[in-house]
Amino acid sequence: MNAAWTRVSAVAAKDLTAERRAKANIVAVTSLGALTLLVFGFAIGPDVATLRTAAAGILWLSVLFSGVLVFHRSYQIELDGGALEALLLYPGERWEIFVGKLLANLFVVLLVEAIVIPVALVLYHVAIPDTWPQLLVVILLGTLGFVTLGTFYSAMASRTRSREVLLPLLLFPMLVPVLLAAVEGSAAYLSGNAMGDAGAWLRLLIVFDVIFILAALFVFEHIIEA
Amino acid sequence: MLAIPAPLIQAEVARARTLAISLSGITRRFGHKWALRGIELDVAFGDLVVIQGHNGGGKSTLLRVIATAIMPTGGTGRILGKDLWREAAAIRAESALLGTTNGLYEDLSATENLLFAARMLGVRQPAERVAEALRQVGLANDAHERVRAFSSGMQRRLALGRLLLQQPKLLLLDEPFNTLDADGVALVSALIAGTRERGGAVVIVLHDLARLTMPPSATYTMTAGRLS
Amino acid sequence: MSPQTTDIASQRRWWKALGWMAPLVLIGTQAFGLLASPPDRDMGHLQKIMYVHVPVAWNFALAFVVVFYASVRYLWTRDEKYDLLAASAVEVGTLFTGLTLILGSLWGRMTWGVWWTWDARLTSTAVLFMIFLSYLALRSFTDDPERRARWSAAVGIFGALNVPIVYMSVRWWRTLHQVQSSPDTVDPIYAWGLRLNAIAVLLLMTYFIARRYEIARAERLQEHRRDSLALGTSPEAVHA
Repeated sequence: MNAAWTRVSAVAAKDLTAERRAKANIVAVTSLGALTLLVFGFAIGPDVATLRTAAAGILWLSVLFSGVLVFHRSYQIELDGGALEALLLYPGERWEIFVGKLLANLFVVLLVEAIVIPVALVLYHVAIPDTWPQLLVVILLGTLGFVTLGTFYSAMASRTRSREVLLPLLLFPMLVPVLLAAVEGSAAYLSGNAMGDAGAWLRLLIVFDVIFILAALFVFEHIIEA
Repeated sequence: MLAIPAPLIQAEVARARTLAISLSGITRRFGHKWALRGIELDVAFGDLVVIQGHNGGGKSTLLRVIATAIMPTGGTGRILGKDLWREAAAIRAESALLGTTNGLYEDLSATENLLFAARMLGVRQPAERVAEALRQVGLANDAHERVRAFSSGMQRRLALGRLLLQQPKLLLLDEPFNTLDADGVALVSALIAGTRERGGAVVIVLHDLARLTMPPSATYTMTAGRLS
Repeated sequence: MSPQTTDIASQRRWWKALGWMAPLVLIGTQAFGLLASPPDRDMGHLQKIMYVHVPVAWNFALAFVVVFYASVRYLWTRDEKYDLLAASAVEVGTLFTGLTLILGSLWGRMTWGVWWTWDARLTSTAVLFMIFLSYLALRSFTDDPERRARWSAAVGIFGALNVPIVYMSVRWWRTLHQVQSSPDTVDPIYAWGLRLNAIAVLLLMTYFIARRYEIARAERLQEHRRDSLALGTSPEAVHA
């Protein structure tokens, strides 16, 4: 178990170091997220009430669109120098590689959200609610579901010739439950959860995350190869 | 249909277990192209085996199958006494492959690359072993430089450094002398000699025998997926 | 005959009958549905579109079950016939899902005057349609058959796992935002018509999948023969 954790953290640390070195990437992804928020604002129009209602939905869409770029890079560094082959030759199980990459991607996407969410609150005239701790939990669980499926599917899509279209095509339909739960849950907590139904969405996110993390752990070894 | 072939019969198994490599009927396809068309190969411990042949003949693919980097499409085999299909992870623990690509992360430094390898390999005292390996391949002065800035010769030597961390029983080298100068060639030779001294076996893919400083135990030529 | 061809030949026997039987049964059950139940209070006989729409919907969900089973079996055994079965089920499932969407759209047009209602079932169907499509897209972008099979199996398993979750989440979402609905099927008078038609459609779908599967196996056999020619070995030696 200890050896497994060493490898998981080695993979995560390596991915994060590489990401940090190519600083331009995180900056670009965050910029794209903020830009999406701005552009959606133009599309919806300046009416404050409309913006506020749409805020949670637009926020998550921005995260989705910019997040897919993070997943591609995670595998690109392995494909560039032929590092994937070397990676697969180390002792240990394949799921350790998956978890390491998952943790690294999770960290990066959360970092992007840390900037994009405040921008959204400002642009869409949303005040920080009293229920912000619960809001953070929704954001965390929703992001976890997103990153789990993203890390899994990009292991395949990044190796095909149409990766830019294939990854969203595979990923977005699968993310519908996460999107609904995250948007409704976020919207509920942003307005103080007056209706009290946010808890159901929270539970859905937990179920989704558990099911697909387990499924990914089992199936990953079948989809990764040199 | 990809069924796991029946295990070799008793006598064959006993014999295969004493060999470093024992392959029978190994095939491998990529799409519609068959890279390996029924490979038979026996390599004993202590052997140095050379495989020659033109580009595209399947030499690299064979090496990768032996390393368990990829699975064959058909056939059976035992590497280091372990079944190729069922005990691939155990084979990986004791073999090392230097492929045609170096397997390095360009945005990381030399030390970071080797430290990553050391942690993945479960090496004890990784920091010291990494420093020692860098010293042996002559990269101690560039330890903190990013690999992106390295010449191809330096990158190759760094990849060799990674092999030094391993001490494998089976050493697999794919065109190891490419892009290396005289010092680098000496390093590879030392690596080969060291592995054989420890009782291990070495398989090298080469298109040019000239740079090999010791006589091979056997030489094969690979043409269109078949060995001769 | 080699084992492969007898296998396929005997297969042909059991489901080939369905080829003419299933359409006949379907005509019968449709007639039953049209004639044996009264017209709907609001919609009249137009309501009877549900006798096609609902059974087709139930059956595409069944297709997902087949995909899940075949995908898991493939990863377990690496026997490519399971990959072909899964792919056949996806193709037929895509057809049925698309049909469900079209019929649902038509029903909405007739009832509410709109081509699309964000009703829970219809919306879920749209999402699952996209999941089926993405499976087919991945397959078409992957050339190597072995990799294609493994990746398809992974996507098939994940997609199938998501079916109940998608339904649940979209239904909860719908209860929060009041929306028009899809065909009312709760009246017990309609139950028998639905059940009978569901069975008829099931027979039809089984026939489609079995036929598609047979074609896929025959194609694969051709490829194996070509390969063994290239290798200079017999077909059995190539793939056990």
